[in-house]
Amino acid sequence: MNAPNISGWKPGAPEAPSGSSGIETVTGNRGLMLEEPLIFEIGGADTCGVDLPEPGGGADRLGGLARSKAFALPGLSEPETVRHYTRLSRQNYAIDCGIFPLGSCTMKHNPRLNEKVARMPGFADCHPLQPEATVQGALAVIHELAQWMLKLTGMHGVAMTPKAGAHGELCGILCIRAALEARGDARSVILVPESAHGTNPATAAFAGYAVENIPATAEGRVDLAALKARLGPDVAAVMITNPNTCGLFEREMKAISDAVHAAGALVYCDGANFNAIVGRVRPGDLGIDAMHINLHKTFSTPHGGGGPGSGPVVLSEALMPFAPLPFVKKTDAGFELIEEEDGVEAAPRTFGRLAAFNGQMGMFTRALAYILSHGADGLRQVSGDAVLGANYILRSLEGLLEAPFGSTGPCMHEALFSDKGFAESVSTLDLAKALIDEGFHPMTMYFPLVVHGAMLIEPTECESKASLDQFILALRSIAERAKAGDESLHQAPQLAPRRRLDETLAARKPVLVWQEADAAD
Amino acid sequence: MRYLPLTEANRSAMLDVIGARSVDELFTDVPREHYLTAPIESLPMHASEMAVERHMRRLSKMNLAAADAPFFLGAGAYRHHIPASVDHLIQRGEFLTSYTPYQPEIAQGTLQMLFEFQSQVARLFGCAVANASMYDGSTACWEAIAMAGRVTKRSKAILSSGLHPHYVSTAKTMGRFNGDTIEYAEPKLVPEADFGALAEAVDGETGCVVVQYPDILGRIGDMTALAEACHAVGALLVAVVTEPVALGAIKSPGEMGADIVVGEGQAIGVGLQFGGPYLGLFAVRDPKHVRQMPGRLCGETVDAEGKRGFVLTLSTREQHIRREKATSNICTNSGLCALAFSIHLTLLGEKGLRALAAENHRLACLAADRLALVPGVEVLNESFFNEFTITVPVESRQLVRDLAEKGVLAGVSLGRLYPNGDRRENGIVLAVTETVTEEDIERLASALQEALA
Repeated sequence: MNAPNISGWKPGAPEAPSGSSGIETVTGNRGLMLEEPLIFEIGGADTCGVDLPEPGGGADRLGGLARSKAFALPGLSEPETVRHYTRLSRQNYAIDCGIFPLGSCTMKHNPRLNEKVARMPGFADCHPLQPEATVQGALAVIHELAQWMLKLTGMHGVAMTPKAGAHGELCGILCIRAALEARGDARSVILVPESAHGTNPATAAFAGYAVENIPATAEGRVDLAALKARLGPDVAAVMITNPNTCGLFEREMKAISDAVHAAGALVYCDGANFNAIVGRVRPGDLGIDAMHINLHKTFSTPHGGGGPGSGPVVLSEALMPFAPLPFVKKTDAGFELIEEEDGVEAAPRTFGRLAAFNGQMGMFTRALAYILSHGADGLRQVSGDAVLGANYILRSLEGLLEAPFGSTGPCMHEALFSDKGFAESVSTLDLAKALIDEGFHPMTMYFPLVVHGAMLIEPTECESKASLDQFILALRSIAERAKAGDESLHQAPQLAPRRRLDETLAARKPVLVWQEADAAD
Repeated sequence: MRYLPLTEANRSAMLDVIGARSVDELFTDVPREHYLTAPIESLPMHASEMAVERHMRRLSKMNLAAADAPFFLGAGAYRHHIPASVDHLIQRGEFLTSYTPYQPEIAQGTLQMLFEFQSQVARLFGCAVANASMYDGSTACWEAIAMAGRVTKRSKAILSSGLHPHYVSTAKTMGRFNGDTIEYAEPKLVPEADFGALAEAVDGETGCVVVQYPDILGRIGDMTALAEACHAVGALLVAVVTEPVALGAIKSPGEMGADIVVGEGQAIGVGLQFGGPYLGLFAVRDPKHVRQMPGRLCGETVDAEGKRGFVLTLSTREQHIRREKATSNICTNSGLCALAFSIHLTLLGEKGLRALAAENHRLACLAADRLALVPGVEVLNESFFNEFTITVPVESRQLVRDLAEKGVLAGVSLGRLYPNGDRRENGIVLAVTETVTEEDIERLASALQEALA
């Protein structure tokens, strides 16, 4: 436990030359690139970074279950802790460092005002089960944000509690299932386009449905004729992403919705890409019954290295009665939180609860601050600039990279390219890793699955023209090397904190927690 | 607009490259009848940072913050002191504004943190492996039930009456749609947890038994015999920990034979936040169950030069690879909350966690003894950690509201959690953490005495 730093970046007899400079250091550090061991290698069972009273003999009402065994959790003093995590942080790329053009993930600037607001004591230091009279401001935030969601989408109602996009999908699909069951018409199949996010089929299966694919046209959109041919009394719903994962707007969305409704089914829209159309298109006008909104995408709550997210779901009038508990209701006397004990009367047809407590309050405050900052005019500019930036990238690169749908018209918020034209020995992965050496986070790779060697680039509205130009310059240079078959691309990245990592080894011999034995290697 | 870098000159230059006359022209795929040509009416226009801050501060002040009152709420969300360095570190842009570590060469900070987090959670729970976190405790709980179904190929889950009622509701929602049978009855106000009765209820059709430890009323039950009863018929024992600080004082569920241990990590580092975002903890005792786990996992490996590094691994369980055959539809973890948890637990270490737990228990014992002196108040529990249940001779929901009006946040009324009566409307569950002072306890006792007089 108290072992000194004997592992971490232990040299391990590298066969390849280390780094590009060829300079070896004793510590493994390279200037500002600092290596950092695990807390288990530097911490101790007797070290503590918090001042607490020494435990006295006092009362023990622990039911005879007092812990005797050590659990070997290492501690660090405060300065060591700050240094440990600061050093770790510097091994991360982030939006704060530069463009983060991950298609379909929407990595936009996270305004710091939002962080400040979320930490106001009335929001950060309130318990979810406090009496309603003591949390009127928190309920007001939920209500105010809900009103924005409704006006921006043109929908009838909104369920605010889902904790992420996929959780929102589940919420929407459960509303659909509850509505169908309520009319005595349980159905068994959900149709999902081939290009959909993996969460769509996974959600449908989790909610008890069989999943079938809908084919796409050569233009990268849903094949309406094929969809119509498949619709029938067994189809419960269709899940469509719009704009879709190829970065294209589904032109025939209203016709799709009409056909689905005519067949007695409902339309779920994956709103992951709502940021492309916010302020310009209301999904409610397109016949959609349910759509989740990723607050961490469109409304810029921080991604935090992988969550937490938040996924409110807007609902049509047909689905609203089935929405989950709890929800906020505005009355003359103020705001009420409708939970189980009131739910029987206030929401007799609710499908129930999706999670404990009242939703992602910390995300609501941030999203509301973002929305109020932009206003109706600013949000419209957000989608405009996002689409402008993506088309600028599309047209600046399409002579060099194959843009499979580039000839059909403008893209939405993301530009899609394939690996067609690369030398046979070079892959999309090589190109992405070379971008790392140029100081950029790569684009989304190999998604959507319908395009070979896909590269999906989403710049967002937060990039200046200079930033876009620099990214285009770097990508053009690497694309030329890829087409020329530059073998050195296989070595990339060479300048990052780590070279390519052995993912096969990680999966074949999983080491998922630290073991003391590691230190003795 | 302060968040949008493009100037009008930039926009025209970019439109020239694209060959379009206006931004509107880029939206030609949207049918004209559905395209809005102006900002949506009846919504406000953009606002300055100062104006937004003013508006939000006004809303914030409409709430009674926990720091401004004697505060005794728990029931699944706990108020602990969070060291200042935790919030500072999670706000470093390299953590705050990074994404899921899909490019591990430039995400080692997040990945190493997740590996450390998984290791901490596994040790805390007495388990072999923990994942990189779930949305929250309640969703981790139903994911555990779903996982037990995959492992045992049985669809019946028996939930302890001491399981948090929101967790029960969440599990019932899923059960209604995926065909699981959920057996559950609301808790009786008795001093002991119901683990003995559960051991008798387990049968050959049971996929899992789910218990909470300490339970919703604060009672601490020994699950050793229950685990044996489950294993004897091929069922799994799922233990739910909503107050992980307790594990600084009491045995871990893994030690007592629980197979899947899930929990709400909010109490360590995350804060109350009116209920979210929180942190789902998920661990298994037997490493052979790893491939049935939901959610992200981080694993150790080496890079092309042989240096140690970390990657997301075993993703063939997950939705982006397996689609409709995935173990779950979850597509995220609670990354930043996991970071806060991990930093706080690193600051505490074993020594600090034990001291923190001891201080919680000391104050809770003090409060229980003091409240027992209030005429009309009875303390239910024989065992508890930092949370216990009292009964009062009046309807507790209104009593809690009345006390709040007098500036005392007295606890969570069981009437709010259990609308169906059976004496529960007289119960209040109170949590006493290190943030409570002896003066707070005195104020609560006298406010109760006054209200019940």
